[in-house]
Order: sequence, then C-alpha cells, then structure tokens
Amino acid sequence: MTDELTHPNIPVPEDLKGTVTLATWEKFYNWCRARSVWPMFFGLACCAFEMIAMATSRFDFARFGMEVMRASPRQADLMIVAGTVTKKMAPQVVRLYNQMAEPRYVVSMGACANGGGPFKEGYSVVSGIDKLIPVDVYVPGCPPTPQALLHGFVTLHKMIENTKYKDMIWYHNRGQGEEFAIPVLGPDIFDPRQIPLIQSEAAKTPVAANDSE
Amino acid sequence: MNEQVAESEGVQLDAAVGSVEQASQALREAFPGKVRPDEREGYEGVIVDADALVDAALFLRDQLGFRYLSSVTGVDYANDGLLESVYHAYGAESGALVFKVQVGCGNPEIPSLVSVWPSANFQERESYDMYGIRYAGHPNLQRILTWEGFAGHPMRKDWREPYYEEEHKPFKTRHPDGGVFRAEDRNPFGRNVQYSPGFDPAKWEDIAQSAVYDGLMREVKEEGLQTETITVNVGPQHPSTHGVLRVVVVLDGETVVDLMPVLGYLHRNHEKIGERCTFPQIIPYTDRLDYICSMSNGLGYVLAVEKLIGIQPPERAEYIRVIMAELTRIVNHLMAIGFLWNDVGAYFTPVIYAFNERELILDLFEMVSGSRMMCNYMRVGGVFEDLPAGWMEKARALVYDRLPRFVDEFHRLLSENEIWRSRSMGVGILPAEQAVAMGASGPLLRASGVPYDIRRVEPYSIYDRFDFDVVVRHNADVYDRFLVRMEEMRQSLRILRQAMNQIPAGPVQTGKKNWTMKVPAGEAYHRIEAPKGELGFYLVSDGGSNPWRYHVRSTSMINLTPLAEMCRGHKIADVVVILGSIDITLGEVDR
Repeated sequence: MTDELTHPNIPVPEDLKGTVTLATWEKFYNWCRARSVWPMFFGLACCAFEMIAMATSRFDFARFGMEVMRASPRQADLMIVAGTVTKKMAPQVVRLYNQMAEPRYVVSMGACANGGGPFKEGYSVVSGIDKLIPVDVYVPGCPPTPQALLHGFVTLHKMIENTKYKDMIWYHNRGQGEEFAIPVLGPDIFDPRQIPLIQSEAAKTPVAANDSE
Repeated sequence: MNEQVAESEGVQLDAAVGSVEQASQALREAFPGKVRPDEREGYEGVIVDADALVDAALFLRDQLGFRYLSSVTGVDYANDGLLESVYHAYGAESGALVFKVQVGCGNPEIPSLVSVWPSANFQERESYDMYGIRYAGHPNLQRILTWEGFAGHPMRKDWREPYYEEEHKPFKTRHPDGGVFRAEDRNPFGRNVQYSPGFDPAKWEDIAQSAVYDGLMREVKEEGLQTETITVNVGPQHPSTHGVLRVVVVLDGETVVDLMPVLGYLHRNHEKIGERCTFPQIIPYTDRLDYICSMSNGLGYVLAVEKLIGIQPPERAEYIRVIMAELTRIVNHLMAIGFLWNDVGAYFTPVIYAFNERELILDLFEMVSGSRMMCNYMRVGGVFEDLPAGWMEKARALVYDRLPRFVDEFHRLLSENEIWRSRSMGVGILPAEQAVAMGASGPLLRASGVPYDIRRVEPYSIYDRFDFDVVVRHNADVYDRFLVRMEEMRQSLRILRQAMNQIPAGPVQTGKKNWTMKVPAGEAYHRIEAPKGELGFYLVSDGGSNPWRYHVRSTSMINLTPLAEMCRGHKIADVVVILGSIDITLGEVDR
C-alpha cells in the first residue's frame, strides 16, 4: 500500500520504504474511502444480473473492497442504478437515495438508467435517472458487461481519490443530506420541482392531449 | 425418472372431447345464435356474445374438458370501432380453442371469467389497464401495470405516448431535412411526460398508493385473544423479491392472513413499442422480457411469426435453436436454485457455484451472438449466423463432461441439507387442481403432479425427435419444485447430447436477411415451454409491416396468481421462499 500513497516530493529513507509512508491526511482519507465503498443491494432490471455476475468468482469485485452489499440504504455509500427506471418505480428510487447518508455516490448502469435506452420512446419509462438524482458515473451498454461496470467503479474510485477536503460537503453545512424532490404519480408522473412549468404549459394548451377515455 | 410411471401416476388434465374443431362445433350447437365462427381471413376460433360468455366458458371447462385457460388479452380494432377480448383455452391433449368477445369502444364491458378460470385474474386486470375493457364481476378490477389515477388506456390505438412520432419505424419524421429531430426535443418538459389540458399538479390527490390496499382481506377473529392485523410491504426494493416486485402482506403476528403482489414496477411498454416496430425489429426487445432466458424468448417469438407466415427454417437452424433453448434452460434453473437458496439464507454460496457454470454457458452465447445476455440470435426463418469455428468442441466439453458432473455435485451439495429440507418440505403447497385452475405452468405445475410439458403435448420445432422424460413430482411443495428443476437440468443435457450428435450441415436461414418482411393478415398464437413455463406470443397482423397487436403471455406474471393461495397460513419468512420457488423474472412479469 505504502508506495502508491507516498508524496513524490517527500523523500522516504531507503530502509523504511515499504513500511513507512508520508502522505497528506486528505490523500490517506480518500484512499481509505475509495477502497471501502459499500454498494446497495438494489437491482431494477436486466443489468442487475450483470451486477451480480460481477460479484461472483470470475469478476469478483471484492478485489476493490466492495463485496459488502447492503440491502438497507442507510448502510450503503453507493447506489448502482442497474436497469430501467420506470415511472412507477421512480419515487422509490429517489426515496432510497434520500435515505442514504453522505457521502453518497450513484453509478448509472446501462442504457436505460443513462437515458431511457431502448424503452425510451414508450410511455412508462423515465428517460434517464439523472433527471431526478445526481449521477457520478455513467456506464454504457445494454447491459454493460461486468468488465465495463468494473471500469465504472475504478473511475468512481479515481473520482473519490481526487476529492478535495473543501469540496466534501458532508463536513460543511452546505448541502448536507439534501433531500431530492420525490416525484408524484399523477395522470402522468410529475416532479414537484416542475409544478410551475406544468401550470404555465397547461395555461398555454392545447398540448398533445389524449382523447381516449 | 421413468416417464411412463410418471404419467400414469400424475393427475391428468381432463381429456378433451375430440379435436378442437369438434369442440367448437359442440359449443356452437349448445349456444345457437350466441356463438358463431370467426370468419375473418386468417383468423381461427369462435366469437361468443358477451351475455353468453360465462355459460359458454363453463360448458367448455366442464363438458368439453378445456380446463386450462392459457391467455386472455385485449385487441383494439380501432377501424371497426371494436374492442375484442381473446381467450385461449387448452385441454389435456388438445390444441387451443380460441374464443373471442367483441364490444363497442364506447362502453366496453364483458363478464369476468375469474369465477370459471382463476387464471384470468391478473390478465383481465391487465386488459382493463391497457384497453379499458371492464370485466364485470372481477373481484379486484384495478390497474395492474400502470397506477391508479393514470390517464387513459395506453394500448388503445388512439392513445399516444409523450414521445410519439409516427405509427411505424423507422420514423421518417426524424430526418426531414437531413438533420436528426427527435420527439423528445420537442417536449416542453424535457422529460417523457404529458398532461391533459387544465391539469393542475398542485391540486392532485395521490391515490396510487392507497388504492392498493383495498382488495385485501383482513381477518376479524370471533373468539380468543383479540389481535390486530398489520399490513407490511415487501418490496419493491427488497433483496428477496428478485427485482422490483412488491408484495403487500397482511399479517397476524408472523402468520400471513392475506397477500397481494403489486406489479408494474418494471413495466416498460414492451407491447406498445412492439406495435411500432416491424416484425424483425421486435426480436431484440424479446431478449429483455425474461432477461435470463433471452434465447428462449426469441425462439417463442420467431415461431409465432413463422406460424403466421407459414415458413419452416432449415434443419440445421432447428437444431441450433434447440441447443440454445436447452442451454438457456440450464442457465435459468441454475440461477433459480441459487437465488432460492439465497432466500433461505445460504447467502450467495450456491449462487456463486451456479454463476461459475453460467459464465461458461454465456461464453458460448457470446461466441455465437456477440453478447452475453441479450443475444438477439433467433431470426424469422432461421438464426442469425452459423456456429463459429470451435464452438461445437467447447460446447461438447461442457455438455458431455463438465455440466453433468456439476449437476451431480450441486445435487450432493444441496438436496440432502437438513436445514433446507425443513425449510422447504410441506411449505407452499399447491394442489394439482388449483395449479391447473390458476394457470400455473412449467416446473411449478409439474411439481404439483401434472405431467404437462409443451415439448411433449404439443411439440414445436423438432422436440418430437428427442428422447427425454417429463419430470413430475407429487408433493407440490417448495422442495419438489427445487428437485424438478434439478432433474430438468439432467433432461436438458440429454436433449443437448442428442441434438449435438444429430445436427446436420447446411444453411441456417431461409430467404435473405432483411429488417422488414411481408406477413399476411391474420392472427397466430404460439407457445413454448420456456424454462419458467408456458411462454406464449399472440400476434395479429393487418398485412402491414408491423403487427397490429403483439401480446406476450407472460409465464412469470400468471405463475404469481397462486402466490396468495400458497402463502396463506405460513409465516412471513416463508413468503420469500415460496416466491423464490415460483421463479419469476420481473422483466417478464411487467413487460
């Protein structure tokens, strides 16, 4: 472990190399965090099986310190949105994200979570989870192979390692545990943040309206 | 297991009276003037008047022996102003008797058949949700795939989704002046949503959640200690619901009083998208139905289209299809057993064993199709490409050597486990009579003592050439379902060995490859024995490039019908085990 953490400008005596490391606290802290990310045991659709495949012997994400999958959002750091987010499921996904403690990360896995995927044109699919919650890493594919997802994790680890202390919002009073608006199932799903827009559009009409019923 | 013994011991579906033609003749004679043959070009079966429907259904079930109602679905014949409800009923050895009820679009109401065939329960709700056909007398006629409060019935031809562009793909509106213009760019909300004029979200009252609890039974005790029941939601985010299934359970202490699966959390408008696509364009979507068994889904769909067109794939393609379908069955059963054990508490150990072998089979799929899970390999009139060099050697090593040893090892590892036996034996009993009435199929039905396997009773593709046993067990509990799957893997290996020995050389595709095809007007229903059970595809073509109606008879959804029946009286911890033993995939449940 030691050599990768040691700051290049701080010389470590030759005989102590391998046992002693000199690094900034920020670097050490991030290094620890990046190697103990606990994902939430949370699958939505097809991608969930490639996510599970990644947990099993051939791919084995325990190598990255991630093998502890938690079913409770309270104990998880990482939400892998593995699959299609439907309108009916979207309130639950946002609620789960709200329940996660900071620092929390989101990996959007597969075409559907990234932007609706092959089902985008339909009526019951949210066109991308990033419309509702912030996403840190997007993994393309339908479904992404386990290798692709691992690459996504490595990318996330790099992101965590490069976080500056001043950007760690959970140590400052701004934005901590921010609640994201939970969409409501109306005649069609609506985001409370969009209510003024919907009202102004409704006043404009006619929109593409449905005649049936 | 010896098949002769199994079939003589098993509870048979009643033998139907003669052929389907004779049965429909008898039906017409019993209800003169109320039942008439469907004379549209390319259609089959009879049309029943709505007021005679329940009597005709009882006659079919009790007098003619059509005790298994496979599929119920709606069709919107918008040009004629008609909505149609289509039923496919089967007897023990007979083909499908198709009967239909037609009603006007204005006030569509049809008597419910739940009292005759309980398997109609979820399917009638789905048809109500999608088409707005009200089934009078249904015990709990609520929306099932969308939510209570949703505007409109999305499968109606005049209903348009927010990102609607055109009726047919490829959308010409996308390239009017050489540039690309998408419907989503024109949506004022920047999202996949639309609202009717005058809708005010600030005044909206959310009924989607409260409506769910209405259909549940709450027990009032006459004597003894007065306790209150509590209602608990399992899911949609729960590690043991195999996806995003939600189960609402009413509990008395830890004992289940009533239970209701709430579906639709993975409803991806499969059928509506299917109606926009040309016939071959649907094939990749079928992969995403039951995403564990993409090869089987593709097979079911292309067989339905081939039935409609009336073509036969070449010999070699038939063998390749059977090989792929049986490999898929092994993958599915491995995963079903692994996840069932997860639910019991053997956290991930059997799954890791199972996934080791799954990876090897997925390697084979990747070699032929280029993709591990979503193979998109079946084609109308054949398969996508011939087997690549070296594929057969790899597959033989697996099928002849590694997998048989693994299945034995898996069996030794799991079957005699004391904890497993005490958790699963006598749990979730589903008697044969109920299993048939509730439309159960696949291992769930065969573990209840009904030797019904579509590969045997109505052989499709070339399954009549292979020697294999229909696995049946009689205790109808979770343990037997587990053993049926174990044994079916061995039978699949038997079929695979025969197919690999007999496979001839030759072409793998009739006709040339094309993204669209000419399909005559008419209807076709084709069902296969998918790993999870009976997977049916109902297609209506109007002679155009894409289907007028495309419906999937989803095994997983209909196999959930008896869940409440199986769980009542058990503890809450058994619910997840019973659910695991049914083996569902949410992609297929909700489509």
